[in-house]
Amino acid sequence: MSATIKVHLAGQLGQFSLNAAFEVPAHGVTALFGPSGCGKTSVLRGVAGLLHLRDGYCSIAGDVWQDAHHFRPVYRRALGYVFQESSLFAHLSVRANLLYGAPKQARDHVIRFDEVVTLLGIETFLDRAPETLSGGERQRVAMGRALLSQPKILLMDEPLSALDRLTKDEILPFLERLHESLAIPVLYVSHDMSEVERLADHLVLMRAGQVMAAGPLSALQSDPSLPLVSSQEAAVSLDAHVEAYDAQDGIAALVVAGGRFLVPSAPLSIGASQRLRILAGDVSLALVQPNESTIVNVFRAKILSVQESGAHQMVALLGLGEDGQGARLLSRVTARSWRLLGLSQGMSVYAQVKGAALVRKAAPARS
Amino acid sequence: MAGFSAEIWQSVFLTLKLATFATLILLAIGTPLAWWLARSRSLWKEALAAIVAMPLVLPPTVLGFYLLVVLGPQGPGGALASLWGARTLAFSFTGLVIGSVLFSLPFVVQPIRNAFEAIGDRPLEAAATLRASPWRAFWTVAVPLASPGFLTGAILGFAHTVGEFGVVLMIGGNIPGETKVLSVAIFDYVETSQWTQAHLLSAGMVVFSFCVVLAMMLIEKRMMRRAS
Repeated sequence: MSATIKVHLAGQLGQFSLNAAFEVPAHGVTALFGPSGCGKTSVLRGVAGLLHLRDGYCSIAGDVWQDAHHFRPVYRRALGYVFQESSLFAHLSVRANLLYGAPKQARDHVIRFDEVVTLLGIETFLDRAPETLSGGERQRVAMGRALLSQPKILLMDEPLSALDRLTKDEILPFLERLHESLAIPVLYVSHDMSEVERLADHLVLMRAGQVMAAGPLSALQSDPSLPLVSSQEAAVSLDAHVEAYDAQDGIAALVVAGGRFLVPSAPLSIGASQRLRILAGDVSLALVQPNESTIVNVFRAKILSVQESGAHQMVALLGLGEDGQGARLLSRVTARSWRLLGLSQGMSVYAQVKGAALVRKAAPARS
Repeated sequence: MAGFSAEIWQSVFLTLKLATFATLILLAIGTPLAWWLARSRSLWKEALAAIVAMPLVLPPTVLGFYLLVVLGPQGPGGALASLWGARTLAFSFTGLVIGSVLFSLPFVVQPIRNAFEAIGDRPLEAAATLRASPWRAFWTVAVPLASPGFLTGAILGFAHTVGEFGVVLMIGGNIPGETKVLSVAIFDYVETSQWTQAHLLSAGMVVFSFCVVLAMMLIEKRMMRRAS
């Protein structure tokens, strides 16, 4: 069975021309990422059927929602949609909002009411009116409402962008829990890379109405041909598993292909999956193994490719291990250091990682 | 004196009956019309809106005159009336209801249309993503959210029908118990110098109008509070 999400949407929207095609696995979180106005929301609305583009194709795990001859109306598509603003029904209580799209027969509920309410922490205000809730609470109810309609796919249009920093931090853990506990694929529109790094497994990179690239998050983050590499915030997300935890020092050992990171952390259970985020600016290069340093994470690595990045800076793509076959890292160094050390593509170096942040529990691998 | 008050009560009762019928029909016709005007992108939409709004500027006598022609024995109304053995729809209660509906239509359609437009696309889109068919979304989302518009429209339609004079006189005349409504009765009392009765009815209308306007303002205030 082709368990993929296949989308091709093309058309003219006023002055804007959209021609976006991608195919991603129908599991995990796929982020549609790009600058404002690149057409990500139009793609999401197209997938939902809220936007009807004549030249379109859309299928979810083999179920064709739109092709040259058919266009399934929105209300016949098994989807959940979370809008930028919560868009709750003002005339209904929180409970009635949650149940609006839920099947009448409780036995048809794969995603159960009590589970969702607990997962999103909305038990205490079920009988209140939406207008009495805070922005973050409203958005959680909107997510619950979408989930209880028993969707085969969850579409989220920048669900956090209308919220302030604090509220965002309050909601992100809920999204992560959602991601861990539910097997529904998610299409997540965002222009905020830090959200994408925390939540996404796959990435669809958009610009000016077109898809530049689509694939696993870490592969696109480290692809030298894509602009992510040269951004100031360039980073890679590595899914690691916990090998050991030193309670005395509060340090976890996390293993990725070709390396073992030591990262300060709250207690973690052995064998658990975790995601590490490593900024290109936090990785420096050395020719000899540095001794007696406060930097504990030093790895043998091979320079796989290099490119100039803005003002007198170079960004190198590294493969961990002597042969460079391990996990990919990015390193940003000044052009001057690059020249003085005589670095070049194909060289073996030592990569010193000054900081590696645990961003979340990584999703358990699915086949 | 007792005879007069029976006559007054007859016209009050007739007026309320007319206004109730007209309001119910206005809501039944006005709702789909308002929905279409609020949601359609058709070029014909404003033309239809203008036709609906015409009674606002048209002299009631003009509307009444044309209705007389249409409803009379020579018009389609007469043909329709002959189905149940009558000669004409003019000078009948049915004729009054038809005239009132046409005359009060803009007062019902406009507030409901505004309320539908104020909802915007989003709640209906949200309903569609929650498996609600357009029919279900209309009844469970659009109508409840537009309820203040419905209330305003119903009150305005009712009150406007109660106060109508020109159209009634043209197509209904002055038949007690059939077409002699309040406004016509007042005119009649003044014509025949029965000032006490005219005073009584007019004062009643003043109180009634005050209550209507007050109710409207309270509804509007509630709407504003909900919107903020």
